Amino acid sequence: MNWADLNLLPASTELFMLTAILLILLVDMCLSDAKRGITYGLTLLTLAICAVVQVSTYTPYPVYAFSNMFVADPMGGMVKLAMYATTFAVLVYSRQYMTERGIFSGEYLALSLFALLGMNIMVSATHFLSLYIGLELLSLSLYALIALQRDSVQATEAAMKYFVLGALASGLLLYGISMVYGATGTLFLADVAKAIAGGSANHVLLVFGLVFIVSGLAFKLGAVPFHMWVPDVYQGSSTALAMMIGAAPKLAAFVFVLRILVQGLGALVADWQGMLVILAVLSMAIGNITAIAQTNIKRMLAYSTISHMGFLLLGLIAGTPEGYSAAMFYTIVYVLMSLVGFGILLAVSRAGFECEKLEDLRGLNQRNSWYAFLMLLAMFSMAGIPPLVGFYAKLAVIKSVVDIGLVWLAVVSVVMSLIGAFYYLRVVKYMYFDDKQDNSPIVVRADMKLVLSVNAVALLVLGMLPERLLMLCVEAMKQSLNAL
Amino acid sequence: MNFETVVFYVLSAILVLAGLRVITAKNPVHAALFLVLAFFTSAGLWLLMQAEFLAITLVLVYVGAVMVLFLFVVMMLDVNFEQLREGFWRNLPMAGTVALIMVGEMALILMSPEAKLGSYHAAAPLAADASNVKELGRQLYTTYLLPFELASVVLLVGMVAAIALTMRKRKDNKTVNPGLQVKVRRNDRVRIVKMDAEKPAKPETGDAAEQQA
Repeated sequence: MNWADLNLLPASTELFMLTAILLILLVDMCLSDAKRGITYGLTLLTLAICAVVQVSTYTPYPVYAFSNMFVADPMGGMVKLAMYATTFAVLVYSRQYMTERGIFSGEYLALSLFALLGMNIMVSATHFLSLYIGLELLSLSLYALIALQRDSVQATEAAMKYFVLGALASGLLLYGISMVYGATGTLFLADVAKAIAGGSANHVLLVFGLVFIVSGLAFKLGAVPFHMWVPDVYQGSSTALAMMIGAAPKLAAFVFVLRILVQGLGALVADWQGMLVILAVLSMAIGNITAIAQTNIKRMLAYSTISHMGFLLLGLIAGTPEGYSAAMFYTIVYVLMSLVGFGILLAVSRAGFECEKLEDLRGLNQRNSWYAFLMLLAMFSMAGIPPLVGFYAKLAVIKSVVDIGLVWLAVVSVVMSLIGAFYYLRVVKYMYFDDKQDNSPIVVRADMKLVLSVNAVALLVLGMLPERLLMLCVEAMKQSLNAL
Repeated sequence: MNFETVVFYVLSAILVLAGLRVITAKNPVHAALFLVLAFFTSAGLWLLMQAEFLAITLVLVYVGAVMVLFLFVVMMLDVNFEQLREGFWRNLPMAGTVALIMVGEMALILMSPEAKLGSYHAAAPLAADASNVKELGRQLYTTYLLPFELASVVLLVGMVAAIALTMRKRKDNKTVNPGLQVKVRRNDRVRIVKMDAEKPAKPETGDAAEQQA
């Protein structure tokens, strides 16, 4: 056994996280329902320590662990930090909502951390096998989390749909990976890239595998035409779970796509570019146009997610480091925006009442002007209105497409973004120009109020000073991709 | 034709026959037993290919555990197999076409020179003392340590999820806590109430008798 190959230091966050999850499971077993706050505190503490360890083990260049199966690079580190923050916010926002519905259990917290561990592995894997196992760890935890609300028929149905379609997507992905293995004889991403660049691999077989891999990835991202599960799962699962599915997993999926398509199959860029163009245009069009017809706000946000995935793909299509960092910036910004949107829905919901219809937001300004303002920030940012950060995110990805000469694609995306502005502004109209019909007070825990406010105001602050985050993304991407 | 080839053909013939009987046997218990035979024979084939660990695992896991469970289920459940077999002749043309297409496709790949199957050579024979188990173990605990450990985490998630989804506290549960029972004091159960002695009421029948008199 060669201990130097093992090199556990870069993976110390993951090792700590796994140990902490096991401890939390054990501690939670001895606690009564009234003392669930202890598990909650331990979970948040775990996230905080993970962030500290992540920062303290930061390296400006990629470091490998577990016999090259695991890589810690600046891009992964940055995305992981964003994922800890996102999971932290998701747990803080969902505490009251889950408690009121009697599903704030230790399993909820432990499975959320298991999902996070799976995402960490997806972000750091350098081998198709560890990539796939990370993905399955994430997906299995999410299926179980949705189904935890056992008494709701809708939630069970959503979990079942997600499970079946997720299994199908995994099957497609694995089939594609097996083709790539057949053509190159290796599962290490770096070796796959080398074999393809060497020209010895059977090109037809590779492209055949690529089609399946792209389909599987599109399924996981929720890009059209593999998007059918997204609205149903968002609508069926509880609002807190819809928020969780739409937040950190999108960050992990982005890096997952980047690792496979760019680091593994980068030499086939000419082949996957065309496929991604189709996915992006369809996602932006169908996502934005269908969202207009929705009356259920969770469904509307689901279609909005689909359209945002289209924009994210624009950055990948460019196939340049600038494009990738723009896409990374876009993903982080998208997650921030969707957290605020769902956070407000959770705040307005209460025991026995779900804020699901667009009408439920009527007159929110009269009921509580601060939350109405936060929602306004989120909606304006999603619509891409300056000076909010959503505008810069869209600008960055569109610019990367223009840079490679695909002006028509940029025009299409701007038009789609205009169409999308309609339904975001409609939410604002309901909040500010309609009279309230529901007089019940909005009661929110102080910690959630604080985090939600910081989260929403960040959209404005980042919108005015986007350079810092954008530069971080560019720098991280450059350091991580150059190393190959 | 050497001894190994003879063994290969004998085992293959048994495997194909057993496989056929799995889908043609009327009695589901017989079908399951033929499946056991099929697994056992393919384990023999793997032994011929010097994959002894896989062969033993196949016997242990599939024959020993999975098929026993399967037989158990078949015997426990009262499934009407006549009903399941009803649409056989009606669905045969469609199923047959699909099967024929699949055979054709496989033949195309196996026979076609385009597939370049010739470039994939047989694995070099292993040394007499080479140990499959040792090699697999070494790979699992060195190169593949991360996926191996993660697979165990995936199983743990499955366990946690299964328990969280199915464990339900029954509302009409009548179990008692022995600790609480032992701790109980007389005062918790018996309440002594002070009250005046009650005189029995006069019998009604007496009045009626006087009036009559």
